[in-house]
Amino acid sequence: MSEKLPEAEVIKRKSNYLRGTILDGLADRTTGSLPEDDTKLTKFHGSYQQDHREVRDERRRQKLEPLYQFMVRLRLPGGVLTADQWLGLDKIADECADSTLRLTTRQTFQFHGVFKEQMQPFMQKIHALGLDSRGACGDVNRNVISNVNPHQSQLHGEIHELSLAISERLRWRSAAYAEVWLGEECVQKLGEEEEPFYGYKYLPRKFKIALAVPPENDCDVFANDIGLIAIVEAGQILGFNVVVGGGMGLTYGDPATYPRLATMAGYVPKEQIVDACEAICAIQRDFGDRTNRAHARFKYTIDDYGMDWFRERFVENHGQAFEKPRSFSLSHNGDRFGWVEGEDGNQHLTLLIPTGRVADTENGLLRTALRKIAEIHDGSFRITCNQNLVIANVSPKNKAAVDAIVEEYKLDAGNRSSPLRQNSMACVALPTCGLAMAEAERFLPEFVTRVERAMAKEGLEPDAINLRITGCPNGCARPYLGEIALTGKAPGKYNLYLGADFSGQRMNRLYRENIDTDTILSELRPLFRAYQQQREAEERFGDFLVRAGIVEQERTPAMLHQPLK
Amino acid sequence: MTTDLNSSPLSASQQERLAELLDGISEGQLFWLAGFLAGKCAGGSGSTGANIADAENAFQPVAPELTILFGSQTGNTEELAQQLAARAADKGVSAKLLDMADYKPKQLKSEQYLAVLASTHGEGDPPDNALDFHEFLHGKKAPKLVGLRYSVLSLGDSSYEHFCKTGQDFDSKFAALGATAMVERVDCDVDYEDLAEDWINRVLEAIVSEAGANQPTAASSVTAEQAPASIYSRKNPYTAVILTNQLLSGRGSDKEVRHIELSLEDSGLTYKPGDAVGVYPENNPTLVGELLNALGFDGEQRVSVDECEVSLREALAFYREITLLTPPLMKHWADLANDDALNALVADSTELRAWTEGRDLLDLIQAWPIAKLAPQELVNLLRKLPPRLYSISSSQTAVDDEVHITVAAVRYSSHGRDREGVASAWLSDRMGEGDQMRIYIDPNKKFALPDDSKPVIMIGPGTGVAPFRAFLQEREEREAEGENWLFFGDRRFRSDFLYQSEWIKWRRDGLLTKLDVAFSRDQAEKRYVQHCLKENSADVWAWLQRGASLYVCGDAEKMAPDVHQALLDIASEQGGLNPEQAEDYLRQLNRDKRYQRDVY
Repeated sequence: MSEKLPEAEVIKRKSNYLRGTILDGLADRTTGSLPEDDTKLTKFHGSYQQDHREVRDERRRQKLEPLYQFMVRLRLPGGVLTADQWLGLDKIADECADSTLRLTTRQTFQFHGVFKEQMQPFMQKIHALGLDSRGACGDVNRNVISNVNPHQSQLHGEIHELSLAISERLRWRSAAYAEVWLGEECVQKLGEEEEPFYGYKYLPRKFKIALAVPPENDCDVFANDIGLIAIVEAGQILGFNVVVGGGMGLTYGDPATYPRLATMAGYVPKEQIVDACEAICAIQRDFGDRTNRAHARFKYTIDDYGMDWFRERFVENHGQAFEKPRSFSLSHNGDRFGWVEGEDGNQHLTLLIPTGRVADTENGLLRTALRKIAEIHDGSFRITCNQNLVIANVSPKNKAAVDAIVEEYKLDAGNRSSPLRQNSMACVALPTCGLAMAEAERFLPEFVTRVERAMAKEGLEPDAINLRITGCPNGCARPYLGEIALTGKAPGKYNLYLGADFSGQRMNRLYRENIDTDTILSELRPLFRAYQQQREAEERFGDFLVRAGIVEQERTPAMLHQPLK
Repeated sequence: MTTDLNSSPLSASQQERLAELLDGISEGQLFWLAGFLAGKCAGGSGSTGANIADAENAFQPVAPELTILFGSQTGNTEELAQQLAARAADKGVSAKLLDMADYKPKQLKSEQYLAVLASTHGEGDPPDNALDFHEFLHGKKAPKLVGLRYSVLSLGDSSYEHFCKTGQDFDSKFAALGATAMVERVDCDVDYEDLAEDWINRVLEAIVSEAGANQPTAASSVTAEQAPASIYSRKNPYTAVILTNQLLSGRGSDKEVRHIELSLEDSGLTYKPGDAVGVYPENNPTLVGELLNALGFDGEQRVSVDECEVSLREALAFYREITLLTPPLMKHWADLANDDALNALVADSTELRAWTEGRDLLDLIQAWPIAKLAPQELVNLLRKLPPRLYSISSSQTAVDDEVHITVAAVRYSSHGRDREGVASAWLSDRMGEGDQMRIYIDPNKKFALPDDSKPVIMIGPGTGVAPFRAFLQEREEREAEGENWLFFGDRRFRSDFLYQSEWIKWRRDGLLTKLDVAFSRDQAEKRYVQHCLKENSADVWAWLQRGASLYVCGDAEKMAPDVHQALLDIASEQGGLNPEQAEDYLRQLNRDKRYQRDVY
């Protein structure tokens, strides 16, 4: 470990438990930005410094600095919030952000366009709602996500409790959060005691945990550092099959980086699962590669040391070994839309939220409609891992009132859209994300329309295909699990990936590199024709491509870098 | 002297007349008189004329002495004073040119001829460098000035209520103190050149015919530096090409501020940080068209303008002011219109001001059309279209043959019509890269950087920040080690922070030591630069104790007084001065050229 540490690792260590000079930076009125070092630290606090990229050049010519602003992401384990919290967040979107709420693939809210001077008010307002943004970004455990399974009320309750417990156990604890955002006095320095689990180095890189309840895999459990697959018997959760070392990102041109599906480690009883998560996270904390951030995720630790080594470390940390995994079956990773009745008689309505953006636009007053629902709602809300929304636990007497609002604002328009659209997902990308190389959220609607047309030509309108678009290769919308996926290369240019399954258990592979939309469509058309002509009953598009030999069954890291064509 | 006369062989009435003559006589006059009398004695009792000529030949009489004082915020008045000094030398008049701030009022008693050139600011206020002199004359210490021959040239803008008031103040005060006007005071409007030239000639003629000087003297003791050797001037403007015309105001701004870069290539024009550019604008062609329509005139009709033949349309577009209604114009118009209501209006200056406020020539024509007005008559009625001054926002050391200005478009609506500032709207809407415009350099020695080692505190909200960009460019080029502190303010941080990226870069590089900003509309309570200053009281005071110079540029009406008050407060709080002492402190800073203002 004598190698030179990356800057981010050094800044984190020197930050006095994530304080840095954030407070000084917030007080500087001459710039909308924070000093660069501090922007690495604010990630741990849940926010990314960004700038409005579309006005960047215009402002450069105007001799103005970039239009700096912050994206703030909340910590919201399992994506569950109350109607009052919804109303509070809705208000904050107007008061402190760009008047939109963005539902994310990790079941939380992102607020965009929060200017520096609004950061402290913002944080104080979410605090007043009983929410925080601790660890929503940064080298710590991120928002814990879990299956929304609305129809299984009791199971959901338990899964949600566990999500909260895991999130709480792995939450960072430094008083920096309260000092920087909530105006609390700097307490006497506790030193090491400030972070009993993480210590001053925190983790080498981000760390993600998901909980799935078969047959649903809406959380893409294999795309996480720790995936927990519930083993249910007679309506009771007994425990979890634990999979480890999943992760989505890659770096273009660096074959040493690759997305990876998590590997089965074994079974852990429910009572031990929070401890087991801590034990696994501690392995990454202690052995993850801190010398190279592109090689710092847990997936590389697992591949570098191997599963046998991992199991030994687990026993050391946890005191017990994994049991043999139990059998399970996952059928899909999308959401199921519309009303369902829970076991307890309450009603749940899952709504498609196009690309997760809750906004009032010329296309509809989505935000207003959801606010109206929140005003009369006697249950809760759940954000799904596919950026959609469940209006959960509507009492039978309230259903008609909710339906009236749904009707008035055509809130279920998405639910009546094509199966392709219902199974599509995009990250935010331009204009705010600093990593994006191409459009994603703003491109998806029109791209889906074109794919719909191509599918309709072959009579494939009724077929669901899982489609994902991201603006860069880092994987926010879990692109490597899309049956069809695009990752941005340059404005208007994408890599096209094909051949994942429909249930998040097989990755796709790079099919063609750096092509424009027309070329993407001309690549897809013959495949749709072949699919229509040659598919077997109930056969999914991705599975067909594999069976027909168009895309291989096995995946190697190289396949994510080398185009097939 | 009276004692001396008592012991003389002169009669009582002779004594009285001699005493009257000697009271307030200047040293120069005395010397001349001595020579004259000596000639008389030597020449016996021959014909007077011949004797005078002999006396002049024999004794080389001392040339008449003219002291020229100027008080002005901008360079125009100073330039005219320089012209007078140069012309005086040609006529054999020994002229001494002084900034009023540098003049010791005690010398007044011994002056022979005095020429005063003064501009007027805001609500009839004297310019900064005239304040002391103005106050002295109007105070108890003002001496009797019997025997002093003087003349005043006042400069102003007739669209202001207190047109040329400072010059008028001087004139009436000199008269009240017993001095005699050798040439009647002349009040110049913004198109001052011809009147000023005429005044200069008449003043010199008066001195020469009185004192009889005719030998060109050696170069007069002109204290100011000679103007740079370019053939271009206010009278002969340079045609510059626009290199850049860039909007600085970001999205969401309700302002429209532009950064304009002009080429000075081959012009020979030079400037210093703090100087201004004079710009000859063009009236809005739409407004000109509307005027022609309203008058029923043919725009192609030829008229005579300043001894040139041009079309009426050109005359109204380029040579005449059509957007301001001055009291003289209103009075002339009333004479022609012969309308009771208009006569009553011009008779009441308060009413007149109220009516002309926010109105222009088109309103006047529509309100009181004149039936038989000839196009040439109209042209003669109107004032020359004056050039507009913009503080230079670049340092020539840094940008070589370019000059940069910072222009805020003035737009407003009044009396049911959208209106605009002539030059700012012209530069914003109709002038692009590659277009040409007529300019000259207007030097401003009242706003110059101190020694490189001295700290400077710059207070420049809005476009008032322009000269400070020039200051920092200059100090960067010169590697000046003096500290620099900028206070900037505007409406909104995100859209109105003029030259933000440059200040931030300079702060990062260490050139800009401190940068403090106030944006008035970003929070519930309005915040301005003076609040920023007050928040930094201790530091501001410490900088002043270390010899810092203060510069204020921008709005004269609200900002400058508010900043002045903040500085007084700082002097009181931090320096323990009472209000009077604080005023004295700032006034002393001003005398020491450590508190300089360029406000408008």
